[in-house]
Amino acid sequence: MTTTELWCDRCGESATATAHPACASARQLEPPRFCPHCRRRMKVQVLPVGWSAVCVEHGEIRG
Amino acid sequence: MPEILDQARTQVLGDGVGLDQAGVLAVLNLPDEHLPAALQLAHDVRMRWCGPEVEVEGIVSLKTGGCPEDCHFCSQSGLFTSPVRSVWLDIPSLVEAAKQTAATGATEFCIVAAVRGPDARLMKQMREGVAAIKAEVDIQVAASLGMLSKEQVDDLVDMGVHRYNHNLETCRSYFPNVVTTHSWEERWETLRMVRDSGMEVCCGGILGLGETVEQRAEFAAQLAELNPHEVPLNFLNPRPGTPLGDRPVVEGKDALRAIAAFRLAMPRTILRYAGGREITLGDLGTRDGLLGGINAVIVGNYLTTLGRPATADLDLLNELKMPVKALSATL
Repeated sequence: MTTTELWCDRCGESATATAHPACASARQLEPPRFCPHCRRRMKVQVLPVGWSAVCVEHGEIRG
Repeated sequence: MPEILDQARTQVLGDGVGLDQAGVLAVLNLPDEHLPAALQLAHDVRMRWCGPEVEVEGIVSLKTGGCPEDCHFCSQSGLFTSPVRSVWLDIPSLVEAAKQTAATGATEFCIVAAVRGPDARLMKQMREGVAAIKAEVDIQVAASLGMLSKEQVDDLVDMGVHRYNHNLETCRSYFPNVVTTHSWEERWETLRMVRDSGMEVCCGGILGLGETVEQRAEFAAQLAELNPHEVPLNFLNPRPGTPLGDRPVVEGKDALRAIAAFRLAMPRTILRYAGGREITLGDLGTRDGLLGGINAVIVGNYLTTLGRPATADLDLLNELKMPVKALSATL
């Protein structure tokens, strides 16, 4: 999560109001679920190597 | 040495006869100071009755989320407020996932769908997907598509699916606390049909769902009665939004006790590390389990969560001098 992102990509709550250390820790073993820009739930596909997450508004990210 | 370990040394290591429910319970109740001895014995049993090879597998979700069932541990149920959205994997991406898996040295690739059972669309996707994989990738294909009809079992055999996964998840007495939309017996019936078809049976479950130690022993005994080719052992990774989302993770020593106990109940089965081991056992515990009865791993990511890099597991196997089972050994 970067400081320019408005929403936590794991829990979907505000990323600017409070820190999300538990989410940041969990994200080491999870793909993102919410778009950090608009809070929409993303369509996430986990593959044996990597993952992709698609927001209808902000496009695809991969990890 | 506790009496149960002496008994297991003779009965399981010597004769290849697994412990019964009472014996498994005695192992699960061993005090911490006897855990290393239990793990060593389970390792000796695995080496004698299975050998040093480790079966490596990758898994992928063909259809994610939106499941009508209410398995309380699962983030893919459409009945809970989980953030997991429904998504289908296309055939080219499925083939690419199989290639990624084969590149790790894995001999198994399991295609999974979050469904009660497959409908015509899913069976069509499976037929096309399995054919495409077999045309391009040298790997065994397994499937996990929920409860099957006899016709669907026959269709999967016809496609060339060699192993079918259908987890009982927990023991019969605890199952209604975990799933209410179908029964343990319905799952057993699918497993019976799979066995009768000649496909290999893969059946395991999840520890840490709230079951008692006695129910954990009951589960091991019921799996032993089924006598599956493979038992994947998961540890609950509590998922946000699910009814079990706030449960604590299994203690590492309890997880290792369970690994040893399940091995001593089923000396010849493929006992596979599956989901949750990263948070329950970490790196050190992963090593302990591989030296305590485990002889198979899922490498890479899981269905909705991420695993350790495959290289971390493969490096560990190399360090432990445990060869990865070759594809030729599985055919």
